[in-house]
Parts: sequence; structure tokens; C-alpha cells
Amino acid sequence: MADFTFSVILNNLLWAARWTVLLSLIAFVSGGIVGLIVLFGRVSDHWALRLLTAGYIEFFQGTPLLMQLFLFFFGVALFGIEVSPWVAAWLALTFWTSAFLSEIWRGCVEAVPRGQWEASSTLAMSYFEQMRYVILPQAARIAVAPTVGFSVQVIKGTALASIIGFVELTKAGTMLNNATFRPFLVYSLVALIYFCLCFPLSWYAKRLEGRLNVAR
Amino acid sequence: MSLVSITDVRKSFGPVEVLKGVSMQVKRGDVVAIIGRSGSGKSTLLRCINGLESFQSGSISVDGLEVGNGKTDLRTLRRYVGMVFQQFNLFPHLTAGENIMLAPTVVAKTLKGEARHVAEQLLAKVGLEGKFDAYPSQLSGGQQQRVAIARALAMRPTVLLCDEITSALDPELVNEVLRVVEQLASEGMTLMLVTHEMRFARDVGTKLVFMHAGRVHEEGPPRELFANPQTPELAQFVSGLN
Repeated sequence: MADFTFSVILNNLLWAARWTVLLSLIAFVSGGIVGLIVLFGRVSDHWALRLLTAGYIEFFQGTPLLMQLFLFFFGVALFGIEVSPWVAAWLALTFWTSAFLSEIWRGCVEAVPRGQWEASSTLAMSYFEQMRYVILPQAARIAVAPTVGFSVQVIKGTALASIIGFVELTKAGTMLNNATFRPFLVYSLVALIYFCLCFPLSWYAKRLEGRLNVAR
Repeated sequence: MSLVSITDVRKSFGPVEVLKGVSMQVKRGDVVAIIGRSGSGKSTLLRCINGLESFQSGSISVDGLEVGNGKTDLRTLRRYVGMVFQQFNLFPHLTAGENIMLAPTVVAKTLKGEARHVAEQLLAKVGLEGKFDAYPSQLSGGQQQRVAIARALAMRPTVLLCDEITSALDPELVNEVLRVVEQLASEGMTLMLVTHEMRFARDVGTKLVFMHAGRVHEEGPPRELFANPQTPELAQFVSGLN
């Protein structure tokens, strides 16, 4: 039987952490794209679009991420489509992320003064032109800090993907614990690695917040 | 034939009726100064003309385009109706030149080079040559407001609405903005101004409208109205100014 030294445990955990990073990155990027689309509906003039996107946001914010993972993993299989843990985790995290990001960004869009909407609409700009050239560039400045801050939640959210069998940092920790029976050591290391991933981001978000506030 | 025709317009915010049947005719080349106490409905009236506010009944037409009946696309209307605001509302992330170029390039599909040329001309016209690359935050209030006027002019409007455009300015900056407006008036631009600058209204306006309690209370040639107000409300308003 293999001997599990400290360095072997650490190595395995670090090796698995790259999947956590990769899944976080992919979920964050695709969640951001979907979130942007949802945002356009959420702040549009069209009541049906607003209602639809509000429902979408409420659903994904109002149910546990774990249930969403189960729904994608087991639910889709009911329709005869085999879903790998990878795909299920990616889909669930994408929708979950998009719901939160679009709501964060909605706040940023609404923080842009009304006069900017009025000025651009009196210049005969369409809704998309207003968003593209006037509102979003200004909202983006405000959005940077909370968006980076939220990325921490996405990283921690990926831990739940371990439950549907996706081998990332948490799952690797569980497996190592089963082999070594040293839960305190293993889970301390897991937590430490998460912390090393998340802390720089929250620190950076705080810094951004300070800097952008001074700018204007 | 009137360029702007307003007929019996009524507008309520909830239970409060702000416009109680306003009618007004504006000819091409008119400079209409709208005065009155705050709350008399003057800004609301102006904002109804380009569809920033809706109204419940009556009709407004600009150059034959009906406003607010759902038949006229607001974007079409707004290409003919420019507006300048009290708070300038320049786009803070764009330079002065880019502020002016945005609508011509995005909405009117003018080529960048041509739009830039026009923007430079307009900046010169409002006395800001050399400020093309300045951001709004680097300009004084008076300069910002002049950029805002140039921005509105870039779409070649047939009528320009000015909503208390000097009210947010320091007193020493008011004149530089009024001079630009006066120049526009002398070039024959149709102007509708909500203003508190009575001297300007008297000297530059071709028509004075005194609004009171949601109605046009008195209207006519500015000098006559100021010299000889027909109603006690206007007399009181005019005397209260000095």
C-alpha cells in the first residue's frame, strides 16, 4: 500500500485544485455572458422581458446551488441525455453565476444617473445604443469591484460539484481522507488552498473599490 | 404655419395635474422664453415636446410629426428636436469631441472623419476650439454646457429645447452660455427656453410665455409683457424679481 506522506497529500490536492480553478474560470466567463444577456432584459422597457428575467434571477438565487446541480445532473438524464459531471457542473454554475452577476450589474446600471438616459435618448439613440455607448461603459467602472468580489463565491461554489462526482479540490480531499484517515490535516490543507485562491481576489476587489471611488 | 403646435395638453403625475390644458404655437425662427414659478409646469411642458414625458390628453406636433400618439416613432421625432439640460448631462467617460460625435456616428451613421470635422466646427462655434480632447470633468460648468449645446446641434435639430440651462451655473459663467444661445437665435434657430434670465428673455426672446398653475397665463411680445403685465400674477412675478 502506498505511503501517504505530507507532500504526497499536498501534491494530490494541488493537482486537483487546477480543476477547481478551471471550472471557476469557465463558469465565471460563461456566467458573465449569460448574465449580460439577462441584464439587458432586466433593465429593458419591456415588461414581459423584465418579468421573465426577474423570475429567472429569483429561481437561481432562491434555490440552493446544490439542488441546481442535482437538477442538471439527474434531471437532464431523465430525458435520455447522458450528462457528465463536468457538463452538469458547468451548466449549473453558469446559470447560478449569471443570476447573481446580472443582479449585481443591474444595481450598477441603475447607479448611472437618469440624466444620462435622458440625454442619450434625446439624441435619438436606441435602447441598445444607449446601453452600448453610454450606460454600460459607466456602469462597468462601478461593477468591477463587486464583480471581482463575487468571483470568490464562484470558486467556493465549485466545491459542491464534488457531490455529483466531479473530482476537484474538495472531492480530492474526501478521497484522500478516505485513504489516509487524517481528516484534520487533509481538510485543513483543502481550506488553505481555497483561501489562497480566494484571498487575493477579495483583496484585489477591495483595492479596486478604493481606487475607482477616488477616480470619480 | 406653426413649427411646434401644442393644443390643450393635459398631464398629471398621479393625482396632481401639472399641465391643465396648455396651448401654444411656435413659428420657425421663434425664440420662445417660458417663465414662471417653479412648479408651474414649464419644464414638464418642454419635456412633453420631445417625448421625455407622456401626457394624458391634447396634442403636440413638431414639423407635422404627432407626438405621443404612438404613430410617430420617438426616435424619428428626436432627430428634429434637440435638448439641453440644466445639469448638462454630458457623457463623463467621453471627451468633449466624442460627446458631440457620438449621436452623428451611431444614430445618423455619419463617417467618423466627417463627424469629427463637424464636431470641431461646432466646438469653435461655441468658443471651445482646442477642447476636443478634454473630458467633461476637466471643464468648467459654462464650458460643459456649451459642449452640451454643440452636442445637440450636431444632430441638426429644427428646434432646440433649453431647460433652465444656466440655472446650475455660477453667476460669472452664465453669460458665456447665453451668448451662444443669442448667437443661435440670431442665426434663425427655433428655440424654446425655460429660463430665469429675465433680461435675456426680454432682449433675445421673440415671444414670452408666462406659465402659472399649469396654464399659459399670459403670452406676447416680451418687452410689452414686462413693461405692462395684464394679470396680477405676472405683475407680482415681475416685481418679485427685482
